[in-house]
Parts: sequence; C-alpha cells; structure tokens
Amino acid sequence: MRWLPLLVVAALGVLLAAGVWLSRNPDREALPSPLIGKPAPAFALPLLHEAGRLVTDADLRGAPYVLNVWGSWCPACRDEHPVLTRFAETKRVRVIGFNWKDEHADALRWLEQFGNPYFMVLTDYEGKSAIDWGIYGAPETFLVDGAGIVRWKHVGPLTDAVIASDLLPQLAKIETAR
Amino acid sequence: MRLQHGAASQAGFCVRHCAASVLLLLAMLLPVAAFAQAGTGSAPPQFTSTAEERRFHALVSELRCVMCQNQSLADSNAQIAIDLRREVLELMRSGKSDAQVKEFLVSRYGQFVLYRPQVGASTWLLWFGPALLLLAGGFVIAGIVRKRAGTRAVADDDGQEW
Repeated sequence: MRWLPLLVVAALGVLLAAGVWLSRNPDREALPSPLIGKPAPAFALPLLHEAGRLVTDADLRGAPYVLNVWGSWCPACRDEHPVLTRFAETKRVRVIGFNWKDEHADALRWLEQFGNPYFMVLTDYEGKSAIDWGIYGAPETFLVDGAGIVRWKHVGPLTDAVIASDLLPQLAKIETAR
Repeated sequence: MRLQHGAASQAGFCVRHCAASVLLLLAMLLPVAAFAQAGTGSAPPQFTSTAEERRFHALVSELRCVMCQNQSLADSNAQIAIDLRREVLELMRSGKSDAQVKEFLVSRYGQFVLYRPQVGASTWLLWFGPALLLLAGGFVIAGIVRKRAGTRAVADDDGQEW
C-alpha cells in the first residue's frame, strides 16, 4: 500500500509516454477512408481542358488510376507538384487530376505556370462529387484499380517516401492480382 | 479551419475561408450586393420553417467538421463544412431521416463525423472506458477502506504516518 502513490504516478507516466508515442505520426489527423475496398463513387464530371465533355467512373475502368485532388488556391499542392510530376513521368499508372473548388481560369493558369502532370483533369467546382469521395481537403490522393475499387488513400501532400513505401506496393499488388 | 492539408498549410492557412470572410464583410457593407452573392453557396442557408431550422441545427451540432476536427459542423467556417451543411440541408429536404443523413456522411467520411459513434469493436473503449475507470477506482477505494477497517481495531495510535 505504501507504494500505491508511486504506482499511480508510474502508470500516469506510462500513459503520457503512450500519448507522445501515438502522436509521433505527422499525419495523425488524417481520417481513414471508409471507401477503401469499396467501389469508387459514381460520377460524371466535366474536363478542365475540354469544355462540355463529361467523364464518368465507368469511362476510367479497365486499368488502375491515381486520382489527385488539387486546387490552384492550395499551397500544399504546389509543394506536392514536383513530386507528383516525377511520379507521373514514370508512366506507371494514369494520374488523373481532381480540380476541386477552383476557378476555371485559375486552374488553367496554375497548370500552365507549373506544368501539367495529369493524364486528364476532372473538375468539381461545386464540391458535390468530392463529398461522395469523402474528400475534405487538398491535396488528397486515391488509388483506384481497374475494376473501379478504391484501394488506397493518402491525405496531405505526396512525398517520394510515401510513393515508395505505400503507393508503389499497392500498385504492384493490383497488377499481380490481375 | 483550414482547407488544405500538410505542413505548408499551417502558414498559408484558410485561403478560401479568408476570401469568404472578405466577401462576407463586403456583403455586410453592401446589403444589395449581399443578395446577389446568395447563389455562390457560401451564404447561410435559408429555412422554410422554424421546425426545419431547429432540426437542421440539432443535426449539424451532432456532426463533427472533418477538416477542423475540434469543431462541430455547425460551428465551422471551413469551405468543406459549408458544403457539408448544404448537403445535409438538401438531404433533409429530400425526405431523409436524421439517421439516414448520418449514414450518408459515415459511409463517406467514417465514424469520425459522429460525436456519438456507434458502439463497435473500435469504439467500445471510448464508450465504456469511463465506466471501467470508475469501477477500478471503486475497487481501489474499497480495498483501502477494508484495510483501514481491519487495522483500526489492533493499532489505533501506534504513531503510523497514516
């Protein structure tokens, strides 16, 4: 009984250490997507570069694709841009842009200024389709397989490390499964 | 309150939100212009009845903003919260029940959006943790009381520290 106070303090210390340990992840605020393993939401979205043409989820089936959410208003997207460009240039998979809550002219200017890494750019300026995807910020990146199933999601800017340790292995898994 | 993810967002935060604030300020200065802005989606929702308004406010204060995670959907001014509030109102008007609206959001954003998540494998500790702690505390106190009651008879004033 004498040692009880010491035990309590030690237990509190362990609790504190556990809290510090659990918060080591810089992406700890990222929400896990309930869409993983489920079909990507149905959509029909206009293309940024081709007025009047709608692209649907069905149009993209048959091969995997990476969907990258961005906006010209988003500074973190600018940080991510060179990483994404390097990845897109490997031609490993189609990288499709999801231009979210933006202005048409701003988006075009942004791509002109920094370069366009995207296979195609879908636009969702109203933000309705983004809600179906569970998007809540930019940048976010999804990996969808050829059957239209969402396999992976990353919240926040992509880095070379994230691509090497998460995205590429997921992509390899899809490709061997086919 | 930010809309973009990542470290850089800490510094250059709430780009759209601030733009919206400026708009709001302008709108307050110019009532006529405010009317014209109503269609942009950032204007507060127009309710058809006080019952609808009450139901809407009850519902959004039960939902957590996904971007600014310590605010409810009712309190947040982040762009995504504005969009989600609009979506909630639309779902309500299309005849969905409160439970269906919540299910709509949970299927897209996960259990996190609910301030009162369903009891499940990943949330049972959250639900029953406080009761467990209380129970454990009760056992400790019961133990102390029993021990003291036992020693009281034998050693009443032996100069112990406690």
